[in-house]
Amino acid sequence: MSRTLLEIDGLTRRFGGLVAVDALGFTVAEHEIVGLLGPNGSGKTTVLNLLSGVLRPDAGRIAFRGHAIAGLPAHRIARLGMARTFQLVRPLASLSCHDNVRTGLAFGRRRAWGAAADAEAGRLLDRVGLGGVRGSLPGELTYIDQKRLELARALALQPDLLLLDEWLAGLNPTELDAGIELVRSLNGQGITILLVEHVMDAIRSLCHRCVVMNAGRLIAAGLPAEVLADREVVRAYLGEDDNDRGGGHA
Amino acid sequence: MLEVAGLSVLYGKHRALDQADLSVGAGEIVVILGANGAGKSSLLRAVAGLLPAAPGAKVMLSGRPLVGLPAHAIVEAGLALVPEGRAIFGDLTVRENLLLGAFARRARGEETRNRARVLALFPRLAERLGQTARTMSGGEQQMVAIGRALMSAPDLLLLDEPSLGLSPLLCSELFRALERIRGDGISVLLVEQNARKSLAVADRGYLIENGRIVGSGRAADLAGDPAVQRAYLGGR
Ligand SMILES: Nc1ncnc2c1ncn2[C@@H]1O[C@H](COP(=O)(O)OP(=O)(O)OP(=O)(O)O)[C@@H](O)[C@H]1O
Ligand SMILES: [Mg+2]
Repeated sequence: MSRTLLEIDGLTRRFGGLVAVDALGFTVAEHEIVGLLGPNGSGKTTVLNLLSGVLRPDAGRIAFRGHAIAGLPAHRIARLGMARTFQLVRPLASLSCHDNVRTGLAFGRRRAWGAAADAEAGRLLDRVGLGGVRGSLPGELTYIDQKRLELARALALQPDLLLLDEWLAGLNPTELDAGIELVRSLNGQGITILLVEHVMDAIRSLCHRCVVMNAGRLIAAGLPAEVLADREVVRAYLGEDDNDRGGGHA
Repeated sequence: MLEVAGLSVLYGKHRALDQADLSVGAGEIVVILGANGAGKSSLLRAVAGLLPAAPGAKVMLSGRPLVGLPAHAIVEAGLALVPEGRAIFGDLTVRENLLLGAFARRARGEETRNRARVLALFPRLAERLGQTARTMSGGEQQMVAIGRALMSAPDLLLLDEPSLGLSPLLCSELFRALERIRGDGISVLLVEQNARKSLAVADRGYLIENGRIVGSGRAADLAGDPAVQRAYLGGR
């Protein structure tokens, strides 16, 4: 068993009367890919916001690489080795793709400047498949390329733990296969991944374990095949008529 | 209901859409399948008047020409678009977003009925009428965007990837809801990556590649076509 990289315990966050994250606990081990699943509005993005320092928890503990990080500002958490993509992408609109990634590098753990940063930005853009559009503005990119840029920016922080918020949404089967391969190769190079995703094909083929939330609470955790067959998960999240790929729904 | 002929969209010299012909009959659900960047969103946006069509295009809604009309006049004519990426008013509440959808003259008399229909479709919105839309979750914002379009009492609803970011359960419910919407006499033209679920409810489909419509047929035939299965349904 490898070492625990992330440990969450009793994590809670309210918005007015709504308890968006309710006494949540789970762990992520080094080199794992863990899926975080749940219905729309169940609190998944809020968990990523709490982990990455975008939001402060009302209660609970978050340990990352042994550091207590709950409530720390986002840049300190990033420097400890955690990066994330946003569900609703938010690049710096007035900067080229290249400069967007370069900016990420300047804030990264091993800060890079000048020619070294240019070379690294180019390498990261190639890695995510944006080598051909370095000079473009984010607004000129297709939806999927904007998400690739978002990933390159996150990778520029050189994270140990990468939080992906629906990074694989909206892809057709061919694009999805390429996206899955990319995530797998990032994991192969040593990055631990916590993946929020509604695309079950991606969950099944990528995740070592899954954690499922409903209304802010943990309702299931374990191997993907077990969790996706869990009655409560089927009832609250998958629906009875969820058909596997290859199923004859049409 | 909708007749499109020779519709092209240019971005500078780049032809995002090249001479598209398609139609949607009254009471039909029609799905457009294709990769990202194939021109699907440009097609919907040009039909809705959000992008200029290149000269020579014909777009008719119930016999009425739409080319050159401003977007709000197209809404009045009975066409509503839910664009990609949830164009909602983030600083307004859910209730205000829905009200803005009902602003079209054609919708004013039917506001109560339309609102009841939207809230029955998405009960979450009924719980959150006072919430600022920007603070809704991704999937909840998608519900607001679709709900707002339905509030304009359209004859034809255009949806750009409505299932994006919806949970599997809600995605199934959405497609069932489209069947109910069709049952209410509204025609639907949608762009989808979820080919399997959309072909299951659609009457007909079109395939689009590199800006051109390269195939079309009855949804059941497309779903059974091995080439379509390889390209759009995923073979894993
Ligand atoms: N700032 C806020 N103010 C009020 N409510 C909020 C705020 N942020 C989130 N919420 C609510 O908290 C709940 C959890 O939201 P969250 O974005 O974490 O959901 P999610 O699981 O990521 O859903 P989705 O799959 O749709 O993206 C939602 O009901 C949302 O409306
Ligand atoms: Mg979310």
